[in-house]
Amino acid sequence: MRLSPDEMIFWQYGLFKLNGTVVFTWALMFVLAAGSKLITRKLSTGLERSRWQSLLEIVVTGIEKQIQDVGLRHSERYVGFLGTLFLFVALASLCTIIPGYEPPTGSLSTTAALALCVLVAVPFFGIKEQGLGGYLKSYVEPTVIMLPFNIISEISRTLALAVRLFGNMMSGTMILAILLTITPLIFPIAMSVLGLLTGMVQAYIFSILAAVYIASATRVRKPTPELNVKR
Amino acid sequence: MDSITLIAIASIVTAGLTIALGSIGPALGEGRAVATALSSLAQQPDSATTITRTLFVGLAMIESIAIYCFVVSMILIFANPFWNHVIAQAAGK
Repeated sequence: MRLSPDEMIFWQYGLFKLNGTVVFTWALMFVLAAGSKLITRKLSTGLERSRWQSLLEIVVTGIEKQIQDVGLRHSERYVGFLGTLFLFVALASLCTIIPGYEPPTGSLSTTAALALCVLVAVPFFGIKEQGLGGYLKSYVEPTVIMLPFNIISEISRTLALAVRLFGNMMSGTMILAILLTITPLIFPIAMSVLGLLTGMVQAYIFSILAAVYIASATRVRKPTPELNVKR
Repeated sequence: MDSITLIAIASIVTAGLTIALGSIGPALGEGRAVATALSSLAQQPDSATTITRTLFVGLAMIESIAIYCFVVSMILIFANPFWNHVIAQAAGK
C-alpha cells in the first residue's frame, strides 16, 4: 500500500528521480497553462462570448469576490497568487476521477512547497503594502513580549497548512486503497465521492486561509482616535 | 522478548490509541461549532454566506488536530523508523 505518489518511480537516473508526484504535477501545470492559453487566445468583450470564456470569467470573478469578502480590498493584486493556489489544489483533487492518477498533494513535499509559498508571500505582500518598518512593527504588537509568540505562530501556521492538506489528501487515497481490498464493488465509489468533496473543501480552505493571513499582514493599522470631551 | 517484538507491539498499540483518542476531541469541538453556527443562522439568515464561510474555516482548523493524530498513526504503521532500523539489522545479520 503506497503512502504517497513519491514511491511511484517512472524513470530514474542516478540521484535524479522522476516520481509520481513530479509527473502528475507537470501534467496539472500543463493542463492549467495550456487550457487557459487556448481559451484566452480570442477574448471578446461584447455580448457574444464562448462558453469557455464564460467559464473562466465565472471562476475568476468568483475568486475575486471571495478574496474581497475576506477583507482584502484590492483583490486584483492577490487574485494571481491565491487563485493559482485554489485552482491547483482543486484540479489536483478533481482529477482523481481519472484512473491511474494519484493527487500530487498527497505527498508532503508538494504541500510543504505550497505552504512555504504562503510563508514567503505573507511578508512579501505585507512589506509591499506597509513598508519594511511598518510590517516588522506588526510583530511587536501589542507588546514586545509577544515577539517570540508571533514568530512561532507564523511557523506553526505554515506547518498546519502543509499537514492539513497532506493529511486530507493522503487519507482519501488510503481509504480507497484499503476499501478496494475489502469490498471492491460499490462502497469505494461512495468513498471516492467523499474524497472529491473533501478535496474541494480543502482547496477552498487552503486559499481562504492564505487570504486571511495576507489580510492580517496588510491591514491598515489606524492609531486609536483620542476622545475630545468638552468640559 | 526481543527488540523486534517490542517495537512491533508498541507501534501497533500506539497507532491504534493515537487515532482513537485523537478523534474524540475534534469530533466534540466540531459538533459544538456546527450547533452554534446553526443557531446563529436561524437568528440571522441574512449573513448566511459569512457564517457559512467562517464555519468552514473553523471546521478546517479543528479538523487539523485529528489530521495530525492520523498522520502520526500512519507514520507508526507505514514509515516507522524504529521498525525499519531493526528490520535492517535483522536482515543484515
